[in-house]
Amino acid sequence: MAFTEHRLIFKHIDAPGYTRDITCYQKHGGYEMLKKGLTMGGPAIREEVKKSQLRGRGGAGFPTGTKWSFIDPTKVTKPIYLICNADESEPGTFKDRQIIYKDPHQLIEGMILSCFANGVKLAYLYIRCEFTEGWKILENAIEEAKAAGFLGKNILKSGYDLEIYVHRGAGAYICGEETGLIESLEGKRAYPRIKPPYFPAVLGLYMCPTIVNNVETLCNVKHIVEMGGDAYAKIGRPNNTGTRLLCVSGDVVKPGYYEFPCGAITLGQLIYNVCGGIPNGRRLKAVIPGGSSAKVLRAGEVYKIKEKDSQGNMVDRDVKLDDLRMDFDSLAGAGSMAGSGGVIVMDDSRDMAECLANISTFYAHESCGQCTPCREGVLWLKKILSRIADGQGRDNDPDLLKDVADRIAGRTICAFGEAAAWPVQSFLGKFKEEFQIRIRRNGAAAKRDTVSLTH
Amino acid sequence: MSTPLQAGMESTVKPESGEVTPAMEAKADDLVSRYPVSKRSAVLPLLHLWQETFGYIGPRGVEWIAKKLSLQEIQVLELVTFYPWFRQRPYGKFHFRVCRTLPCALGGSGKTFATLQKLMNLKSDGHEGAMVSEDGRFSLEYSECLASCGTAPVILRNDEFHQAVDEKRATELVAGCK
Repeated sequence: MAFTEHRLIFKHIDAPGYTRDITCYQKHGGYEMLKKGLTMGGPAIREEVKKSQLRGRGGAGFPTGTKWSFIDPTKVTKPIYLICNADESEPGTFKDRQIIYKDPHQLIEGMILSCFANGVKLAYLYIRCEFTEGWKILENAIEEAKAAGFLGKNILKSGYDLEIYVHRGAGAYICGEETGLIESLEGKRAYPRIKPPYFPAVLGLYMCPTIVNNVETLCNVKHIVEMGGDAYAKIGRPNNTGTRLLCVSGDVVKPGYYEFPCGAITLGQLIYNVCGGIPNGRRLKAVIPGGSSAKVLRAGEVYKIKEKDSQGNMVDRDVKLDDLRMDFDSLAGAGSMAGSGGVIVMDDSRDMAECLANISTFYAHESCGQCTPCREGVLWLKKILSRIADGQGRDNDPDLLKDVADRIAGRTICAFGEAAAWPVQSFLGKFKEEFQIRIRRNGAAAKRDTVSLTH
Repeated sequence: MSTPLQAGMESTVKPESGEVTPAMEAKADDLVSRYPVSKRSAVLPLLHLWQETFGYIGPRGVEWIAKKLSLQEIQVLELVTFYPWFRQRPYGKFHFRVCRTLPCALGGSGKTFATLQKLMNLKSDGHEGAMVSEDGRFSLEYSECLASCGTAPVILRNDEFHQAVDEKRATELVAGCK
């Protein structure tokens, strides 16, 4: 059975002859939706986005229409800002990179439409600086759009003014957290703000109402304007509408980025049919389905997922790992999350203690240091996991790890605490025996047959 | 008499050499103009500009940016020490960043790093941050996820992005440093 992609956002990505300049974009219908949107008017666009049931593609999956509805442009007296979060740095995720590098005008058009819909006159595009060419591509695209009258003063003679500026980050993962991003954009250390009261919709950039949306989310707005919210909502599944960009990495034959209607394929189909399965005759051991912050899933697991039966009653259904739908609700039902769409696959040659040590090294490096449980805890997680990986583990280390992780989650200002704790809790919960074996086999023998993943 | 220490600056941080040209001033003013609400927002862009011009951010850079944006020097320096992209000492003419995060590690970034380290003849001093070769030609460090996990392992050589850098490709990349 073939699994044909449904390319909406990625329609032109990698298409032969497609280039990222505005001429090519316009030849393929680019900026026609801006014209349409300007005639529809802001409230109508917001209504369509609401109807589309689009959920944010950055990680949390919050409904975009609801996020926008927190701000009423007709009542707010302060300026309203919009920030595009292009700080793509969740390990396992590389979808926004494709859009920025290969089809930047799609993002710019989606962004202009979203700004127009919400009465925004000044917007920033916060891009991670490791996209060393990406920020130049975006600045160039903005220049092109300006020259063509799609940006700047009196856009297409509609009387609407908008400026978009590119702002480069400087290598800190925490800038992907929206309030950390705002602090960073204000020229400060990216310390996330506490909510309440600092909800971006109320007290965002410069203490004004602010919308922060992911790259993929903003691109979707263009397609919602094109097809209408109801038609968009027919793609995918109820409450999991539209397409989803999936990034697959790790131990698969064909890693890469793919686009499918949300929930149209299962995790098993994605790994075995789309990505060609596990290489070297190996078998699946574990998979992280939504970026490294998502809880790990173990091969062979069966989950109880709540679903509606034919009479519309909610019933528990047993779902095997391979049969898990790649959508928000199914992955949440399995105790993990769809997150940012980054699927990391590990085969049966991989040592789970080493994989987790690698993940915890990442979080130890990236904690902003603001909250004590996280700042101190992530370093201990790294330290303990590194000694296990190095063959110096102690008998009570698994319990100690769990104890430290449990004391981080729920005790921090932002969700980074959970993001750092969840991998530890889930790896330990699902592969505890592997940690114990590794500790028992202490010394040089512990490192015997694995390729070291820790540095 | 000992030299007075700059707040938070190791005494080893040497002032950057070179002049701020009128073109750089103009570029900086243009960057500041992008933040009509608060020019403090321009700290990161100016730090990027400074590092791209002088190779690192030393006491002169901190002072110049603080003055330009009417800030305390600590409000600039605290960003230099927070954001991993910025450095307080010169790196090599060819700076390599190797992604160490899980998908790249599964793809063998550890071997890539070891190959580069050997070719560049670099020894770790056990500290965080980059290793720099004595002749100033090469420097090497690990980086966190570079967002191209499907083509692991990936690296940055200065501003150039390279994918699927196995040991063979790593060797070619070092050889290509002219």
